[in-house]
Amino acid sequence: MAKSKSIITVVGKDQVGIIARVTGYLYENNVNVEDITQSIVAGFFNMMMIVDTGASTKEFLAISKELEELGRKIGVLIKLQREDIFESMQRI
Amino acid sequence: MININEVIETNKMIEKENLDVRTITMGISLLDCISDDVDKVCSNIYKKITTLAKDLVSVGKDIEREYAIPIVNKRISVTPIALIGASCCNSVDDYVKIARTLDEAAHKVGVNFLGGFSALPAKGMTKSEELLIRSIPKALSETENVCASVNLGSTKTGINMDAVALMGRIIKETAFLTKDRDSIGCAKLVVFCNAPDDNPFMAGAFHGVTETDNVINVGVSGPGVIKYALENVRGKDFGVLSDTIKKTAFKITRLGQLVAQEASRRLSVPYGIVDLSLAPTPAVGDSIAEILECMGLEKVGAPGTTAALALLNDQVKKGGIMASSYVGGLSGAFIPVSEDRGMIEGVECGSLTLEKLEAMTCVCSVGLDMIAIPGKTTASTISGIIADEMAIGMINQKTTAVRIIPVEGKDVGESAEFGGLLGYAPIMKVNEFSSEEFIKRGGRIPAPVHSFKN
Repeated sequence: MAKSKSIITVVGKDQVGIIARVTGYLYENNVNVEDITQSIVAGFFNMMMIVDTGASTKEFLAISKELEELGRKIGVLIKLQREDIFESMQRI
Repeated sequence: MININEVIETNKMIEKENLDVRTITMGISLLDCISDDVDKVCSNIYKKITTLAKDLVSVGKDIEREYAIPIVNKRISVTPIALIGASCCNSVDDYVKIARTLDEAAHKVGVNFLGGFSALPAKGMTKSEELLIRSIPKALSETENVCASVNLGSTKTGINMDAVALMGRIIKETAFLTKDRDSIGCAKLVVFCNAPDDNPFMAGAFHGVTETDNVINVGVSGPGVIKYALENVRGKDFGVLSDTIKKTAFKITRLGQLVAQEASRRLSVPYGIVDLSLAPTPAVGDSIAEILECMGLEKVGAPGTTAALALLNDQVKKGGIMASSYVGGLSGAFIPVSEDRGMIEGVECGSLTLEKLEAMTCVCSVGLDMIAIPGKTTASTISGIIADEMAIGMINQKTTAVRIIPVEGKDVGESAEFGGLLGYAPIMKVNEFSSEEFIKRGGRIPAPVHSFKN
């Protein structure tokens, strides 16, 4: 797969260690983080990461599934999506 | 670089506003399956479809997961079967045999509908086309996933009134043969004027003879997204309204194009077109009627509805055409009754009548769609309704269609239940004055003059 840039979104109730656990997983799986934006709106944690899954040994869909499971464990919603969906919808 | 607000907006459209891709439809030419032996044709068709489309569903599911965007349907359209069966079908049963083969192939590859059990007698009807048409009631009652369509006229040829008269009877017969399921066979049968060759939507999809061997067409959706966008501009003037629809349609179409290109690349099948149609579902908040009501109409069908729909349809096209260079199919707003909760409510409360729907079809894509009428409606009245709709398409150089269900054993006040995406529909009142003598004449309505546009 040539295009490997993806977006991770994490949404849920704020708590200690969300970023640590997500980035920990990414580190273990050799997924590089290129950008992070994060904010708390009314106690709700909102994070977006731009990542590169190209160097990981795992398949995209496997990473996506494991991130979802990690989200369930932490109690937040984690989603991995290929970046082109946002590029095509939001850019002329 | 993409920012967090853009990501949130896109995901909100998907999660809360019912944004989805309605269908990835693979067009497959069956011209090379022709033989003079019907069994040979059937085995050729089965082999071709199950080979070419074997990965269609799995690729669709992969794209769904990688982009986290629902792709509701994966479907197939094939060359109009009246062309494929012409040299080998000598009876209605021969055509039914082909329909069963198509059904088996659809089951095998896991698609939910396969379109193209079709004939194109827009001007004259060949023997083979007539035979196929006569086989439609049996074919649709004995298969699950096959859709049939018949092109009865065009702006260039006029309207084939012999075929219109025949279709009235065929629709009645189809309704009768599927009467145990609220005449559902008719929900899989559509008649057209100016049928497009590259329509990915059912029941009218077929792979036209102008197409290449194999193609991927995508139909987008997104009435919900437009409705939510319009909620933010309540009370603003028509300029703001138009701008908001265009911008939203742009985004929806881009999504469709992305999915089409990805599917095309992964399946190694050329990308054909994106169909811009706003296709509603029975889900709350996914309705064309609700968009019109959001524009300021108390209920769909109120005076102003046709103007509101005209504006919606045109702005969707303008936004969509900017987003994709290859736009095709039906492209506009669909107004099926049974598949749109707001339309159903409009019929139930009496704001929306068959006559108003007919007026609305003059300014939007397609036509009288998924309309349940009393089972006692005569074949000639159905033909009359079809003729009216074909005339609108012929004169206005647009595609129009009729998918009407005379529900056996039911009358106004009752409703028909089709299930799933086909939804349910209250039975609508039909004008009962006779069209018998008009339909009985036979022959053709000549093609219209292309000047003196008044």
